[in-house]
Amino acid sequence: MSEKLYAISVVVNGMERKAQVPARLTLVDWLREELRLTGTHVGCEHGICGACSIMLDGEPVRSCLMYAVLADGHRVTTVEGLAQPDGSLSVLQDSFCQLHGLQCGYCTPGMLIAAQGLLDATPHPSDEQIREAIGGNLCRCTGYQQIVDAVKHAAARLAEGSLSPRGRGTG
Amino acid sequence: MKAASFEYVRAASVGEACELLRQDGDAIKLIAGGQSLVPMMAMRLARPSRLVDINEIAGLKFVAPEADVVRIGACTRQCVLERDDALAARVPLLRQALAWVGHVQTRNRGTIGGSLAHADPAAELPLAAQVLSARMMLRSTAGVRAVPANEFFTGPLATALEPHECLEEIHWQVWPGHRTGSAFTEVSRRHGDFAIVAAAAQVTVDDDGRCTRASFGLGGGGQTPLAFPGLAAHLLGTRLDAAIVQSVAKDAAIELDPGNDLHASAGYRKRLAAVLAARVLHAAYEKAFTPSPALPRKAGEGNVLGSTQ
Repeated sequence: MSEKLYAISVVVNGMERKAQVPARLTLVDWLREELRLTGTHVGCEHGICGACSIMLDGEPVRSCLMYAVLADGHRVTTVEGLAQPDGSLSVLQDSFCQLHGLQCGYCTPGMLIAAQGLLDATPHPSDEQIREAIGGNLCRCTGYQQIVDAVKHAAARLAEGSLSPRGRGTG
Repeated sequence: MKAASFEYVRAASVGEACELLRQDGDAIKLIAGGQSLVPMMAMRLARPSRLVDINEIAGLKFVAPEADVVRIGACTRQCVLERDDALAARVPLLRQALAWVGHVQTRNRGTIGGSLAHADPAAELPLAAQVLSARMMLRSTAGVRAVPANEFFTGPLATALEPHECLEEIHWQVWPGHRTGSAFTEVSRRHGDFAIVAAAAQVTVDDDGRCTRASFGLGGGGQTPLAFPGLAAHLLGTRLDAAIVQSVAKDAAIELDPGNDLHASAGYRKRLAAVLAARVLHAAYEKAFTPSPALPRKAGEGNVLGSTQ
């Protein structure tokens, strides 16, 4: 079967990626299967669980609810793009480790994207704001409390060190 | 890939989208945020042969405040509206409703027009549109026609939009007077899910606290969200005391025709509807007329809160 292909150009984690894709290929499938960026997870595939959250032009969205063609000309950041340039963990990621903000890890990429989106816009979030920000992400292990604690901890560390939210270039 | 295959066209202007719809409206679905359409296509409940992408049309993304109306472009993202303080000051019910719409990730992508055109009977924005009698401006190659909310929503996931038409903008009336309050609430299994029942109200009062204008509505209780202008008329001239509010709320719930499902029985939904309708009416009234000494008053106004004259 020869399905019509569409040319797309998307900046993924700072790098321009060009591809020919069928219109019905979801963004998450393109990221995982074509670009091999398997950090983003596929959960429910209909917009309920939040595991596939990525940033589109700097704001968290669900990549299972977008076709890759819709991202043409836009910027995408996946969980791989949250780490520091040398590959070490960001302050937020490290805080998840320190405070046991994950167990099985399936929801973690989505949680990190949601939390990073919050910290980018709101550097000093309240507990309520944190819960609202991760409200669209399901976790079946932690009971959420450690995730809230980890985000709070990251916010405090970032404020203390006056680091940029992703800690890039400042350590 | 879960959706059936389709052709994709990115429209550069509303005119282009309308021209495509004119040629082949029955086979086309417009895609904006896609937060409802993409799951429907994944489950193959929707199977358009062609998707016309209207996300890149700058002319569909705006908030334009005018004298007594705020015009909003259909492809304006819900998150943009949520953050707009000037909009919240003029049409407060919209921000109150948006707080219940999905989650951060879906509001970042979802659009106001997409939610209205999708017309889920339990969705928040259609309910707000009913309560505020928003006007939908529908464009086709033949021109633009205005359809009021109560004629726009025709059934579950059904609207007055013809296959060749595109929802272009939505006009939200601004109620005059500084003593106007509104409220929105709902009960759902999880915050961000569709409502089991949702309720919204807006009330204006005079300086004596008597209601001069009122509107309220319920979602999740039937084929479309509903407003109850006939019942709201009973509130005029009153101070929305408990007896009158409970009476109209109960009568509104009686008019509903909710379904039974896994999450709630029809009886529970009706009971909930009466409770939530009363709750939003009281809350809207309280916002319109807060008996607070801190309230700024005009010189010589001097009325005593709660006095009859």
